[in-house]
Amino acid sequence: MFKELKIIKQHGKQFVPDLTAVELTPLFRGRPVISSLPDNKEIERVVRFCPTRAILPEPFGIDLGKCVFCKECQFMLPDKIVFTNDYKIATNDRKRLVVQGGVDKTIELNPDLVRREIRKYFKNSLKLRQISAAGDNSCEMELNASGNVNFDMGRYGIEFVASPRHADGIVITGPISENMAEATQICYDATPDPKIIILVGTDAISGGIFEGSQAVNRSFLDKYPVDLYVPGNPAHPLTFINGILSMLGKKK
Amino acid sequence: MNEKNYIEILNNGSPVLLKNIPVLNYPDFYNLLKEMLSDPDSHCVAYYAFPVENMLKFICCIANDKTSGIAVLSHEQKNHEIALLSLTSEIFAMHVYEREIHENFGVQFRNHPWLKPIRYPSDRFYKGNVMNNYPFYQIESEELHEVGVGPVHAGVIEPGHFRFICNGEKVLHLEIQLGYQHRGIEKLMIQKNDPFQRMILSESIAGDSVIAHGLAHTGLIESLAEHNVSERLQIERNIALELERIAIHIGDTAALCMDVAYQLGQVVNEALRTTIINTTQLWCGNRFGKGLIRPGGSNYPSTDDFIKSMLSTLEETLRRYEDITDRIYSLPSVLSRFDGIGILTQGQAKLTGAVGMAARITGIARDIRKSHPFQYFRQHPVEPVTQISGDVLARGMLRNLEARQSIGLIKQWTKKLNEAEESNKKPDYNYKLQPESFAISLTEGWRGEVCHSAVTGKNGNIIHYKIKDPSFHNWMALALAVRNQEISDFPVCNKSFNLSYCGNDL
Repeated sequence: MFKELKIIKQHGKQFVPDLTAVELTPLFRGRPVISSLPDNKEIERVVRFCPTRAILPEPFGIDLGKCVFCKECQFMLPDKIVFTNDYKIATNDRKRLVVQGGVDKTIELNPDLVRREIRKYFKNSLKLRQISAAGDNSCEMELNASGNVNFDMGRYGIEFVASPRHADGIVITGPISENMAEATQICYDATPDPKIIILVGTDAISGGIFEGSQAVNRSFLDKYPVDLYVPGNPAHPLTFINGILSMLGKKK
Repeated sequence: MNEKNYIEILNNGSPVLLKNIPVLNYPDFYNLLKEMLSDPDSHCVAYYAFPVENMLKFICCIANDKTSGIAVLSHEQKNHEIALLSLTSEIFAMHVYEREIHENFGVQFRNHPWLKPIRYPSDRFYKGNVMNNYPFYQIESEELHEVGVGPVHAGVIEPGHFRFICNGEKVLHLEIQLGYQHRGIEKLMIQKNDPFQRMILSESIAGDSVIAHGLAHTGLIESLAEHNVSERLQIERNIALELERIAIHIGDTAALCMDVAYQLGQVVNEALRTTIINTTQLWCGNRFGKGLIRPGGSNYPSTDDFIKSMLSTLEETLRRYEDITDRIYSLPSVLSRFDGIGILTQGQAKLTGAVGMAARITGIARDIRKSHPFQYFRQHPVEPVTQISGDVLARGMLRNLEARQSIGLIKQWTKKLNEAEESNKKPDYNYKLQPESFAISLTEGWRGEVCHSAVTGKNGNIIHYKIKDPSFHNWMALALAVRNQEISDFPVCNKSFNLSYCGNDL
């Protein structure tokens, strides 16, 4: 018993007291800022190099729904593009994921797009069913970490549950493979109404590096509105938790 | 053995010209493989087929632990649908390779006991094979019942389907159907035909083995481009690989504790894992090391400040990890759930061709870091850690010992890092690959041996790319280990192996 007491003492308090005010390490690759517009030649170079065609030439911008956060564009144009450690990049408005040149503005939720029932029913208790649809297991591990002893999203009543029958919505990771398309649909259908859909990670939002693969079938996403996009490769637990808190209207 | 029947690669990674790989007729190919694989120090690291012109070319690579050599031999076949004699009936470990060739190209293997789908690739030969009609093994009996689990599981994990045949609470047989995670990575490797996109794809094969797969890919590309990297960079890559191993082993210790409801063990290890992956994040901005491994150089050379911070984190982690694991592995309530549960015998490990941890828990001292060293392991091979009991306890203990060993290794290497010359070489994506060649690159990730191999065409473009994750072999080992166990022990057995779904499905 004394050994366990020693371990508990060493363990101390591990939870992050305020999940909305954490400062991540300087090198963390979060929201990029385009301080000044590159010239045409430079634009051509980075657009061609970007592995997922996340850089839009006209008007110049970076689509975080497609970006794999490799930071190569910053290495090419270090005085024009900088990836900051701002991890609050989740939003419910797909258009807002595009970072425009010359604008250093945080990515925010679009309150007009939040469905009324979300805040009415789920504000104090949100149970989610996770579907890994060909995710590479990094986003899955970060979602697990969201509930661990450090991030402890359970404090807000947000939790992953074992069955879609017990869930208020689904969280999809991965580009949705053809082989997982039917199971994704069945899982969604088994979730009672009203229900939400959250896409976590670049692969889920746009297909990422797997866009265009014959083995991917994203038709499920054509049928339903998405309530939250959580970019990242993988998405950081803080990105996920802060995104949900904004969606639920729980953030100060 | 006749020397001219195969070509031997002496260094893990060195390319050979395609035309120098002997092409044997099938009976000779078959007999030579049978003879080579009867040596207990040899195992097959790659066996696959790919179309060239109007032929199907089979390439097989046999690695020998003692000589560090990799023997490569090949066979060509005009008629895809011809029935070949199955090697599996002689050497069961070959079953997955033959199943894969059958699934991709329709090649029949006579006397193969189990020609079932591996991953349902989008360009599979038999389009009628779909996820819903997998031919599960069945037993007609009024006393037995079946339990189906998945593809969507209770936890936040990847999809796969487990079909148990149970006698009461006991598992008679488990069959695992995979393929849900298939993203067509091998095909994309060719289609994308862009060096940097291939690098990003390699990092996305399995998110828990970013460094292991990233290194296998860069090792392959650098050898085909005849590009040597500095000793300093090799040491940094080794450190990254061992950080990945430490993080997963500690995280899995937490998961094992969770499955047997030992909450202190779970939360303490979760917190320790966080400190390790945050160290990787401090280094490169990503908790899983995405972006850290690049061909020819690095965007994140290690700084003195980082090394200092990493060493102090490792020191603290080691101390606390020792305290908690000493407690875990002496608690009767934990041991009774680990000890003697889910035993994989050495015989079964050999039979299934188990690699990595799954082999080492049965006393097989097989580790690519020693037998076919890569990167800085060439100067500093690692002595494999083994266990003999093959149960959940052995898998937990192996993690414990390997994590401690890796922390020690990193400490030693950082001293070398100070002596090594500074190198700030940036990554190079404009490499020219040696044309009409074959190369194979092996690394030892935390799960086991990772194998990437490629064939180049006339202009040095990659015409075929093959990836193999250790899970490819080890899923069958898990299925055997849970026989005669209580079905309620399945979660802890599964967790103790922690195999990759996406690594198998690609």
